[in-house]
Amino acid sequence: MITLLRELWRSTREALVQLGRVFLFFLQLLAFTPAALMRMRLIVHQIFNAGALSLVIIMTCGLFVGMVLGLLGYDLLSRVGSEEVLGAGAALALTKQLGPVMTALLFAGRAGTALASEIGLMRATDQLSAMQMMAVDPVRRVVLPRFLGGVVAMPCLTAIFISIGIFGVQLVGIQQVGIDSGSFWSQMRSAVELDDIREGMVKGCVFGVACSLIAVYEGYNSLPTAEGVGRATTRTVVISSVATLLLNFMLTAFML
Amino acid sequence: MQQTRAIEIGTGLFVLFGIASLLFMVTQITAERVGVQRVGYVLTAEFENIGGLKVGAPVSMAGVTLGRVIKIEFNSKDYRALVEMRIDPQFDKIPNDSDAAIFTQGLLGNQYIGMTAGGSETFYKDGDRIELTQSALVLENLISKFLVNFAEGKSRSAEEAPK
Repeated sequence: MITLLRELWRSTREALVQLGRVFLFFLQLLAFTPAALMRMRLIVHQIFNAGALSLVIIMTCGLFVGMVLGLLGYDLLSRVGSEEVLGAGAALALTKQLGPVMTALLFAGRAGTALASEIGLMRATDQLSAMQMMAVDPVRRVVLPRFLGGVVAMPCLTAIFISIGIFGVQLVGIQQVGIDSGSFWSQMRSAVELDDIREGMVKGCVFGVACSLIAVYEGYNSLPTAEGVGRATTRTVVISSVATLLLNFMLTAFML
Repeated sequence: MQQTRAIEIGTGLFVLFGIASLLFMVTQITAERVGVQRVGYVLTAEFENIGGLKVGAPVSMAGVTLGRVIKIEFNSKDYRALVEMRIDPQFDKIPNDSDAAIFTQGLLGNQYIGMTAGGSETFYKDGDRIELTQSALVLENLISKFLVNFAEGKSRSAEEAPK
């Protein structure tokens, strides 16, 4: 019993220490950011890696999420005879919840793992140490551009996901099951307000910071072994997903 | 160098795509006109009861949206609702004895103001007031009216029965 409690205390303390370290790492990155903005080329490169290369998966997933939403929504709403509300309901669900959350989960899986394993492998092959030897700070040269690239890419991906999702809803709702397109769009327009879009985009930015931070932190602090890199990648996905859903609840409660 | 250039172009396209999506969202799925809001002319109308009418609700005639409700106020002198609406500038030939009523879209839909054209030769202009108005039909009032009628009809038939 005593050992169990002691074990519990130890792991709690460990988690707190980790949280503190991540936060300090974040502050360190923020402090370096103004100087890093001078070297746009590195960041542009990482925006391409994190954003443009994730485009295909984001667009296909957005399309199918939208189409499922259209089908399910139509099935449910046709029972109460108000199919036209589909546009409003689906658009609100996509902009406020599904868009940012799904994008963040996919981003963690596609770009987050790439960041973590890339930096982890640099650590494992002593590239980071070599940089330090040459008086190049690996945090500034390697970690920060990747972090900023993710932060810029995520809101763009969120906006793209939401737009493609609405296109998917429209594809099923109007083209396939034949809801009147005029009432579909007008109901959507009267239901969605600028605040809803702002909420979705704020969530996209916050998730972008969280997922990128977790990915670069895990990669930078991975053990310099093959197993360590693998573990860092796994932890990136797991922690990013949990953090996204947790933050989503907090942001939703905050902005309701 | 060639590759760097390609990546830079790709990034530019990606960010442009993101901004275009955001623009699509702002302009296509919300009704709010960003920036240009000061066009058209304003009409006011007083209603006995506006039901669930909200700011932003459409004002329509013959099913065509002419404008939107921009302000709803309470007139504390005669306890009525004062509704201000902005009509788009191209609809400037509305007879100034047209009336306004509040209707509901569908069974459970949003409420809107429906106008019916009058026969006047002069037209509404900025700041005019719609004199002929008809309140929203509140479902509870309808039901209670129906129940009262129903009960009266029943008691009457019960009185007639013994004779």
